[in-house]
Amino acid sequence: MLYRETGQFKTSYAADQAVFPIRQDRIGLALILLVAFLLVPVFGSSFFLNTMMIPFLVFSLATIGLNLLLGYAGQLSLGTGAFMGVGAYACYKLATIFPDINILVHTLLSGLFAAGIGVLFGLPSLRIKGFYLAVATLAAQFFLDWCFNRLPWLYNYNPSGAIEVPTRMLFGVALTGPNATPVTRYLVLLTLVVVMTWIASNLVRGWIGRSWMMIRDMDIAAELIGVRPLPTKLLAFAVSSYYCGVAGALMVFFWLGAAEPPSFSINTSFQVLFMVIIGGLGSLAGSFMGAAFIWILPVLLRALPEMLGVTIAAATVEHVSLIVIGALIIVVLIVEPHGCARLWQTAKQKLRTWPFPY
Amino acid sequence: MGGLLHTVLVDPFVQMWTLPDFFVQVLWEGLVSGILYALIALGFVLIFKASAVFNFAQGIMVVFAALSLVGLHRLGVPAFVALGLCVLIMLALAVAVERLVLRPLVNQPDIILFMATIGLTYFLIGLGELVFGGEPKVMITSELLLPTGSYVWETLGGRVILQQIDIAAAVIAAAMVAVLAVVFQRTKIGRALRAVADDHQAALSVGIALETIWVVVWFAAGVVALATGIMWGARSDVSFALQIVALKALPVLVLGGLTSVPGAIMGGLIIGIGEKLGEIYWGGLLGGGIESWLAYLIALAFLLVRPQGLFGERIIERV
Repeated sequence: MLYRETGQFKTSYAADQAVFPIRQDRIGLALILLVAFLLVPVFGSSFFLNTMMIPFLVFSLATIGLNLLLGYAGQLSLGTGAFMGVGAYACYKLATIFPDINILVHTLLSGLFAAGIGVLFGLPSLRIKGFYLAVATLAAQFFLDWCFNRLPWLYNYNPSGAIEVPTRMLFGVALTGPNATPVTRYLVLLTLVVVMTWIASNLVRGWIGRSWMMIRDMDIAAELIGVRPLPTKLLAFAVSSYYCGVAGALMVFFWLGAAEPPSFSINTSFQVLFMVIIGGLGSLAGSFMGAAFIWILPVLLRALPEMLGVTIAAATVEHVSLIVIGALIIVVLIVEPHGCARLWQTAKQKLRTWPFPY
Repeated sequence: MGGLLHTVLVDPFVQMWTLPDFFVQVLWEGLVSGILYALIALGFVLIFKASAVFNFAQGIMVVFAALSLVGLHRLGVPAFVALGLCVLIMLALAVAVERLVLRPLVNQPDIILFMATIGLTYFLIGLGELVFGGEPKVMITSELLLPTGSYVWETLGGRVILQQIDIAAAVIAAAMVAVLAVVFQRTKIGRALRAVADDHQAALSVGIALETIWVVVWFAAGVVALATGIMWGARSDVSFALQIVALKALPVLVLGGLTSVPGAIMGGLIIGIGEKLGEIYWGGLLGGGIESWLAYLIALAFLLVRPQGLFGERIIERV
């Protein structure tokens, strides 16, 4: 009754091609953006912003990056963490070499470095497929991890081996560094994520996204009808790594404030992979849902005993939450292997026919 | 440039030639770690062949089996009774995995099953740490009547030290592979396993129960994991750090081919030896620590030449 496209006629090609053809979807999106841009910064405590919303946005962006590669182009990568690391270290180096250029420019440029490295490690994808390719990207993960540890130039010979974020301003407001407020960092992050999501959604609708999907569905058939596999796959690696690299730079500059190589370890790669799978392969909205599920759920689980007034040793909570997360992942996969995005699709279909389902 | 080429291409070999006993020692160390990689890879291959599941949890199954063994022994259970109980635990795990994870997910894409085994990994890490605690433990080597000393082998104008536990590991690994080969080739259940590995649908249509086969392969992989855990635990100690080492089994696997048991063994030995030689003779040029990624690079180089691995079935693609 509430959610129905009846009577919404499309009178132009532009309307027919819209990202959100249904009016209710547009209203819903506007509401979400309103909440995200106004209500969350005004009413959210800095704890809520720092531990939930900011990491959630960072991981959403990384998840979109991996989803472009895995969900749209069908290339399995286990090197996401390392590509995020490349972005982070590139951004750090740029910010120290060119301190006068705005940090946002550096953030966006640092993705290019990640894209370059991504293309390099994407080269074997022409010959290697599936799990074999996953192992090839593991080579990237471990090699880059080693570089972050062993090349002191990358962290400016800092004795602690960590990269620390300098304070950078825009219009007299501190964007990064210890003086930046959570609200500022949240808003910058949100704006970037919204813009990059919008770009991604247009990318996957156009010929680029279509050629990725052709490669994913059957690369030989795609090749036969004129999609060139090497440029298409490499472009997927480049764009995906760009998104991951920017996510990594944002992770360090707008969330953690300082980072060491373990932040970009194989565990991060798996975490992002989970977000993609749980959210739904080949769905941008699903990327956000997956990131929310995998990031926010453990935070809640860890906080749960405290909220209930039960005192349990921190280690026990950690272990139990691992058990619960592991079990939940399996349960979600059994209930809906296509991820949260498919659940949302089903719910929408149900809403359309409600209250008279046929 | 010439000097660089010399240090990269000539010096290491000169070193090998002038200190042959050290070279043999390095080869032996590589061989032993290669055997352990091969054992983990063996567990992967068993499961992959029979159920096309890329079992990421194999590494944690090794840790979990070793932890259970040590944990049970700490509770006062005699060593060999604990070993028997551990075999039962691996059986229970196999049944549970088949019932709760594989059966509901049958016919899903590979990546989903892969993800489910990563979920299983998290579950087992949490469970293992909750029940047995996360601190490193000492493997009950002498209680299991495994030797602990070392032989000194005087040869090539020097001496090579062989740990007895390493020799035992090599013997046990060889015995296990032999038993598996016999079971695969000579028994009824082995024939059923091979049939399932060849073609699921055809196997089903001639009356082979897929569920039973899956329990059998997961159990077999569990027993292999237990043996690996004991061996590995005896060389260092039993801790969750082993899990990262177990990831090394992945390059071993792809190097040998995902579906080949001899491939897993060969791959393990190549990676083990290659990685040790690389670390000792070339690692210094790069500042050391290259063991962490060299294995993947070797695998990658092999894959570029043979995309299906050394012994893998040829991938035939049709439209």
